[in-house]
Amino acid sequence: MDEAAEPLLRVRGLSHRFAAARDERYAVQDADLDLFAGEVVAIVGESGSGKSTLLNCIAGRIAPTHGEVHYRDATGRWLDVHGLTERQQRVLARTEWGFVEQNASDGLRLDVSAGANIGERLMGQGERHYGRLRGTAERWMARVELDTGRIDDSPRAFSGGMRQRLQIARNLVTRPRLVLLDEPTSGLDVSVQAKLLDLIRMLTARMHLCALIVTHDLGVARLLAQRTLVMRHGRVVEQGLTDRVLDDPQHPYTQLLVSSVVMP
Amino acid sequence: MNEHASPRLAVRGLAKHFTLHLRGGARLQVLADTSLDVQAGECVALVGASGRGKSTLVKCLFGSYGADAGELRLDASDGPVDIASASPQRMLALRRRDIAYVSQFLRAVPRVPALDIVAQRLVDAEPAPAADDLDDADHESRMNVARDAARALLGRLNLPPALWDLPPATFSGGEQQRVNIARGFVQPARLLLLDEPTASLDAANRRVVVELIHEAKARGAAVVGIFHDEEVRDAVADRCVELG
Repeated sequence: MDEAAEPLLRVRGLSHRFAAARDERYAVQDADLDLFAGEVVAIVGESGSGKSTLLNCIAGRIAPTHGEVHYRDATGRWLDVHGLTERQQRVLARTEWGFVEQNASDGLRLDVSAGANIGERLMGQGERHYGRLRGTAERWMARVELDTGRIDDSPRAFSGGMRQRLQIARNLVTRPRLVLLDEPTSGLDVSVQAKLLDLIRMLTARMHLCALIVTHDLGVARLLAQRTLVMRHGRVVEQGLTDRVLDDPQHPYTQLLVSSVVMP
Repeated sequence: MNEHASPRLAVRGLAKHFTLHLRGGARLQVLADTSLDVQAGECVALVGASGRGKSTLVKCLFGSYGADAGELRLDASDGPVDIASASPQRMLALRRRDIAYVSQFLRAVPRVPALDIVAQRLVDAEPAPAADDLDDADHESRMNVARDAARALLGRLNLPPALWDLPPATFSGGEQQRVNIARGFVQPARLLLLDEPTASLDAANRRVVVELIHEAKARGAAVVGIFHDEEVRDAVADRCVELG
């Protein structure tokens, strides 16, 4: 039917148990997930539900206890993410993938300028021309609505919302195919959240990239994600079209979650 | 009507219940063995007392509610499809092109101007390849063509031009509804779902909506609607189907 026919990422039977976990508790248990190009998918659930652990397992940052993550790269090859060497994982992470941290300072380099933060991935791909790097950094600052006059400032001087936008620019500048976002709007003021949501929506649609976004905010899922997964106690208890999950929830836990918010 | 023409929409044996887990697992059977045919160019009004499943049927047709049993066969632009069993990807593609839904409530990302909410619907219906450069003039020019269509429609619906470039969050209920209507009608859908589209409109704008529904029918859309306003219902519906 269209290019969405073949997924970009395939997760099968993924489980993870932290070594320090007491008894037999799994942080993620038996998760299956397909992601397609051009779609935004949300993982929702309360803190401790395992959604960030699942995201980190997908990103290759945590080796899962069981299960597999396969990614179809730009050349059409399927890669076993956890079978890659660390170096191969790092290359993937800074070329075809992006990761937006909940806490922007974890995803930025605070000791270099905003412009250098944006240029870093480009330089990693071999771009050395100062004028072009600076020009691209300026364009991206404008795109995420940062004052280009602050290109030489350290992100230390930026507000939380500005840092988050800088982190998004830093990730998207190399046009990744898959972006993982961990609670990107939590801890921000509501008006700042709206700006960020609008930016993520616009950029994901225009760049035709696939975004997997972890959030505890059902409103974020509703506005951004075409599909939503609900996690509880490490298990994906429900998944489907976002409006169907939120308007016709089947699992008791999803019903509780939906009924607990003022305006889902 | 030609009996041999296959209908645009054929609902067969649709059943839908809700299990309220937070109410001790109470079970609400809303639809049981509902069947319905809608031809291209035909408008069917769903009638029946509140709670008989009118909105539920419309939401099943949009995929917002899952069907328990039955078939919801739509003659889509790329062939027949069963909405009840369509994958999320298929459903999203149908919503971009073939199925439009106008509810009473506007949901949109904050900050997006009314004009672009409407225009985006047209642009989304014709997916472009991923842009090589985000500044590309091509996207802007496609948006501009779509904005012209959006302006024409918002103008017909008497939404003051001063509002077009503002996000609708601060609009009145009637103004938001008109943005919603424009978004629903701007892209010619094969199946048009209307849930109280005129609920908060004045007489002049109700007449515009009636015209728009007539135009959609003339274009060959199958229309399934809920209209509490009997004047509007009588003006647009070819027949009424009673649920429950």
